[in-house]
Amino acid sequence: MYLARVIGRVVATQRYAGLEGVPLQLIQPLDEHGAPMGDSLVATAVLSTGPGDLVHFVDGREAALACPENFVPVDAAIIGFVEQAQSGSRDLAELAEGLH
Amino acid sequence: MLIGKVVGSVVATRKDEKMMNQKFLLVQVHDQNNKPKDQYVVAVDAVGAGHEDMVLYASGSSARQTSITDGKPCDAVIMAVVDSWDLGGNNIYEKWES
Amino acid sequence: MFLAEVVGTIVSPVQIPVLEGRKLLLLRPVTPEGKPTGKTRIGIDRAQAGVGDRVLVIDEGNSGRQLLGDPKAAVKTIVVGVVDYVERDGRYTYDHTQESPR
Repeated sequence: MYLARVIGRVVATQRYAGLEGVPLQLIQPLDEHGAPMGDSLVATAVLSTGPGDLVHFVDGREAALACPENFVPVDAAIIGFVEQAQSGSRDLAELAEGLH
Repeated sequence: MLIGKVVGSVVATRKDEKMMNQKFLLVQVHDQNNKPKDQYVVAVDAVGAGHEDMVLYASGSSARQTSITDGKPCDAVIMAVVDSWDLGGNNIYEKWES
Repeated sequence: MFLAEVVGTIVSPVQIPVLEGRKLLLLRPVTPEGKPTGKTRIGIDRAQAGVGDRVLVIDEGNSGRQLLGDPKAAVKTIVVGVVDYVERDGRYTYDHTQESPR
């Protein structure tokens, strides 16, 4: 499970059966300093998160378990909205808000 | 999932019997700004994607969680055709604009 | 499993049901010598760990579901132990009992 910031939204009507209506969002993983870590990716968003939000996500097959249908080809899913991420003396949630 | 563009297809007549009845598409990975990367993946198509479509593909064991890849050797599957996406409120890609 | 240092805490008021009420930690994987390595992760605490602790982390879905006793839990990263010491080639590379408390 990783920390990330939602950076965009993806629209895709033609999709695998079982994924209807599941929002897809672009996320950028972050390290413990709040800096980008690796490449951005697309994750399902079953919680009401949106661009700018700090979130945590799970990758791999487990991601499908966070979707309404569990047997779906999903390899990344947002599983929580992060209100506060205390790292050292800093709150990365405040840092993320300042970035956009 | 990663965003990519369908740039071709792969046909292999002589192959393991477990690989039969699957359409293999050649996908070039794009970054969030729609810039092509020097990274390609051959993915099984589960949604009827076409040439030059922007698509989303899932990797790893997640790729086997479709009716056509279940129990088959498969590590990448196209699970959506992308209509559009935005980044920080700016539209980056729009399928139907031209 | 791998070694990590707890570098922070995560407060997440809205999350999938299986995570509700669980403590989340920000984890930086480290080498046996304590140098940062690999990607920073978020893990569920099952060992009463805190910031500054060296911990043992399991990052695999099936194990995670066993630990939480939920066959459908969408989780992977779990802190399963607080490390007392790490030995490599007969030498302690980390010894919590010798470190001054933080």
